[in-house]
Amino acid sequence: MNKGKIKQILLITDGCSNQGEDPAAMAALAKEHGIVVNVIGVMENYETDDHGMKEIDNIASAGGGVSQVVQTKQLSQTVQMVTRQAMTQTIKGVVNQELQDILGDSKSMEDLPPEKRGRVMEVVDDLGETVDLEVCILVDTSASMKTKLPTVREALLDLSLSLTSRMGKNQFCLYTFPGKRKDTSKIMSWTPKIDHISQVFSKLASGGVTPTGPAIRDVIKSFSTSSRRHLISHDDEAYDDGPRY
Amino acid sequence: MMMKPMMMDQDIKLHSGTRIYGKWHKKNYQIIRHLGSGAQGTVYLAHSNQGEVAIKFGKDPSSLISEVNILKRFVALQGDPLGPYLYDVDDWVTNKGTINFYVMECIKGVTLDDSIRHKGFEWTCVFILQLLKDLSRLHELGFVFGDLKPENLMITESNYRIRCLDFGGTTQIGRSIKEYTEFFDRGYWGMGIRKAEPSYDLFAVMMIFIYAAEKRRFNKTEHPRDELIKKIKTNPKLKPFEKILLKALGGQFHHANDMRQAFLYKMNETNRIDSRITRRRTASSPSKKRYQKKKSVSGWIGASVWAVVIITLYVMYTVLYVM
Repeated sequence: MNKGKIKQILLITDGCSNQGEDPAAMAALAKEHGIVVNVIGVMENYETDDHGMKEIDNIASAGGGVSQVVQTKQLSQTVQMVTRQAMTQTIKGVVNQELQDILGDSKSMEDLPPEKRGRVMEVVDDLGETVDLEVCILVDTSASMKTKLPTVREALLDLSLSLTSRMGKNQFCLYTFPGKRKDTSKIMSWTPKIDHISQVFSKLASGGVTPTGPAIRDVIKSFSTSSRRHLISHDDEAYDDGPRY
Repeated sequence: MMMKPMMMDQDIKLHSGTRIYGKWHKKNYQIIRHLGSGAQGTVYLAHSNQGEVAIKFGKDPSSLISEVNILKRFVALQGDPLGPYLYDVDDWVTNKGTINFYVMECIKGVTLDDSIRHKGFEWTCVFILQLLKDLSRLHELGFVFGDLKPENLMITESNYRIRCLDFGGTTQIGRSIKEYTEFFDRGYWGMGIRKAEPSYDLFAVMMIFIYAAEKRRFNKTEHPRDELIKKIKTNPKLKPFEKILLKALGGQFHHANDMRQAFLYKMNETNRIDSRITRRRTASSPSKKRYQKKKSVSGWIGASVWAVVIITLYVMYTVLYVM
């Protein structure tokens, strides 16, 4: 049985965008394409940056995802947790939709008595374990991120450990922004092996402005739109650069 | 203004005396005090019709459900309980929204963490044996505990027995571990993936052992594996168990019971070594020396009698506290 797949953008940044479209609007656009946008804000000792935090929060809510601001050293576990939570959230959204179709009006999982909810949650857990997952990792490499990049690399390797332990298939790609002469640059094409990141990461250069919005807009195109049934959206355009299994 | 870290969900804060009313099963509870907070929710001590109970409140409406599913499976089990007994699962409707909670048996005692800090290492050895026995049963049921750490283990006040708490990380064998804590996670130390298999838990048991000997958590450095091996080989408390610990480190134990047997055997042996040292010390005292000169054979007999007595005492002690 084809269970469809979950598509996520994982944005790792440390603060305010300063060029191009509003990133929250671009995240909302991604959501329209059936892609959930999760944001992890990497801060050094909780810099007092209300504006940056607000932006991080806005991007995730517009993109239907999860956001979390962390200190650099806690990054690994957070990346893993956010990806997992967002996945569960997406599946729950789909299950709730199905429940509403079956039960009518505005019934959701939480309206079921605890006993029945337990059964539904088992299905959610099952799906979370077996569904295919596509994660486009989008890393901010503007000047201020320079010292944080080694930790980001570490966190992504750690993410691969958790995801490769799943029963479902995984596909990853890696983009950074700003790119040379354009908003983003593709560092790694879709691959099931996230550990390839290890090699490419040492070559990453940091510096420049922070075009977060345009970067999100760019990576939406990287997702596949083959005829496979998608979990949350059916109306995508076709691009040939999609993940291959 | 100093911004606090943004958490995905805030901890639930309840005052003592707060009344909790279950939406579905219509039961009443009254909060006594806060007991602890975990990744999935917050636990409070409360009054109920059945006496004192522990209530766990979930951070989001469905976060506790998987945990409850696990606890329900334990109810049918024979023998010593694997987890706290589950009394009730319900929703509490507040003016800020609905909070789901479950009510469980309140286990009185101290955490393994407290025990490690305040009691001798020999106690840790005994608790590890008990833990391995419980894990073996859990694995047989088809689950891996996952987030195994001293804070999630209680030592009961009444009979010095280890009990697992917080089944939020408990995962079906073959799936990916739901929840973990870096220091006790084999993935963090580069010793394997986070797949739920018995060896995952056994790695954590080994880390608990290292933690108990070192009495601190340390961060990994460039070569995490070598670092752990060095700790095992140089710490005098760990050295006697080197072979077992290295085997668990490499994921070569596939059954908790195998690791338990290895520990049990080693602990007896270690005790023998200890008693031999004590004997030599007593033998060198002046009064004993005279005896030895007269009849060295009787000295040997005396020593072996002592050894037998000590071993028997140890075995009895193990039987009493472990079984």
